[in-house]
Amino acid sequence: MTSTPTRARPRTVGRARAVLRRLGSLVLTLWVASFVVFASLSLVPGDPTAWLLRGHNPSPQARAAIREQYHLDEPFLVRYGHWLGGVLHGDFGRSLRDRAPVSHLLATQLPTTLTLVALSGLLITIVGMTVGAYAALRHGRVSERVVLLLVTIGFATPSFVAAIVLKWIFALKLGIFPTFGLGDGGWGDRLQHLALPTVALSVTYLALVTRITRSAMLEQLSRDHVEVAIARGLPRRQVIWRHVFRNALGPILTVSGPNIAALLVSSMIVEYAFGLPGIGQLLVSAADTNDFPVVQAIVLVLVAAFVIANTLVDLVYPLLDPTITSPQAAR
Amino acid sequence: MSALAEPALKRLRQRTRGISALSIVSAAILVIFVVLALASSWIVPYDPTAGDFTAILQDPSAEHWLGTDQQGKDVLSMLIGGAWTSLLGPLGVVVVSTVLGFVVGMVAGWRGGWVDSVLSRGMDILFAFPALLLAILAVSLFGKGLTAATVAMSIAYLPYTARLVRGVVLQERARPYVLAYKGLGLSDTFIAVRRVLPNIAPLVLAQSAINFGYALLDLAAISFLGLGVQPPEPDWGAMINGGQSALLAGAPYAALAPAVAIVIVVIAFNEVGEELADRIQGIS
Repeated sequence: MTSTPTRARPRTVGRARAVLRRLGSLVLTLWVASFVVFASLSLVPGDPTAWLLRGHNPSPQARAAIREQYHLDEPFLVRYGHWLGGVLHGDFGRSLRDRAPVSHLLATQLPTTLTLVALSGLLITIVGMTVGAYAALRHGRVSERVVLLLVTIGFATPSFVAAIVLKWIFALKLGIFPTFGLGDGGWGDRLQHLALPTVALSVTYLALVTRITRSAMLEQLSRDHVEVAIARGLPRRQVIWRHVFRNALGPILTVSGPNIAALLVSSMIVEYAFGLPGIGQLLVSAADTNDFPVVQAIVLVLVAAFVIANTLVDLVYPLLDPTITSPQAAR
Repeated sequence: MSALAEPALKRLRQRTRGISALSIVSAAILVIFVVLALASSWIVPYDPTAGDFTAILQDPSAEHWLGTDQQGKDVLSMLIGGAWTSLLGPLGVVVVSTVLGFVVGMVAGWRGGWVDSVLSRGMDILFAFPALLLAILAVSLFGKGLTAATVAMSIAYLPYTARLVRGVVLQERARPYVLAYKGLGLSDTFIAVRRVLPNIAPLVLAQSAINFGYALLDLAAISFLGLGVQPPEPDWGAMINGGQSALLAGAPYAALAPAVAIVIVVIAFNEVGEELADRIQGIS
């Protein structure tokens, strides 16, 4: 198809405007989120210094350090300004437990979480789309029903349930995989330690992606142009690949994208269950030991990552489906 | 079978025609769990909070149907006792988020204009906070337990209902019957609450059933992480967390029993919710 410049131009302009609007709303959301995370501290009753240091036995110096870290002697908006300025420069304050810089804690724990999420994302995408497509192509057969049954169970299985069942079967009964920590060896050892956590994290989302892929493929399979293509005698493989799978990608991405972003949050459950040193486990132990600066920082980082990932999905979607020009219309 | 029972059976069949067997089983399972939860303090065979150190880590037996944990607590009693907290939390989340979501969605859809813009933008921002994260933030501010987590999660679930209601209200508002009521001079509030609300309530109910399953999973996760219901109070999420050491010690039931209960209840809620949604779409 040839498109004249006069037609193409407004479309690009419209696209650019939509992208800008989406980025603007991203910035607004991030800003409000930072405000909520910061202002939540003023919801606690009483003196924030005493509250922050509860359960600890603070020296006068520690008290002074806290007052300084949160600028507690200054007005609210000034405090927020200081805090936001710090965050934008990568300074999240210091942990109340050992006075370590929170940014340092984040930097040491983040790689584990990201590796886990990346492995899980790969597993979910590859296996989910393959099994979903398989089920769609076996529509009406027993194998499709088996897949659907597994999907129903998998979708209701939270990662902590998957974690203990996997531990029970593979670590205890079969003794194949380790149940705790990251190991201390090289990549092979680390991957072996991450195998069960990756599966545990993936189960729910794997079921979801399989289900979406199946229904999107089925919908495409029943469309006229596909039936015509098959009737014309085009090779089945080619029809399915070009006309069915490609067109099904859009719906698959819109539904699974945000859910794969949610892996970042669910990761904490798996890290806790398998004793993996990621930021999720750091968040849980910080919430457990009243280490509020660490909680604040990780919540903010995770919310930001979640929002940015969702925005990326919205922006990529129109590239897959040219009939949709604005990210807003994708909803 | 007696001749008298036959017409009754026939009527029942007719009434349930088109409902899948799975949905009926699901609804029955939910009823059983609710009854167990309500009656838990009378029917538990043992005190779910009291251990018996002469009977730790036992396999299932006639005395302990699901065995005991590392403190000698009866797993079946904990499971039944835990049904109460495990179902009460999600109920709170669903009721609060549905009522608030109804109000927000109704106002946004009905008023339109800048009110709608502000509310919708607010909902978009709320979507940015995953429920689990908001709950952990609340727990670290107000202390561990079910209350803070439930309140936080009610807020996190609000936009799902609000968005649904807003969308349906936008459609309903343009329907002839609403215009007719307007022509009769009835007030907007009256039409919205007394005439439109009953029409969209079933759809919201279907959404609520599905939300209940999600909320149960999220709250169980909070308890699993040790930030929600605190032992020895029985709760399914906390049981799975506490049962991990028993699992590694060779007594898997303390962790597996609540795990299976969670999966079954969530499947049942999903099935019932989807059946409701299907039926409503079939009607309208």
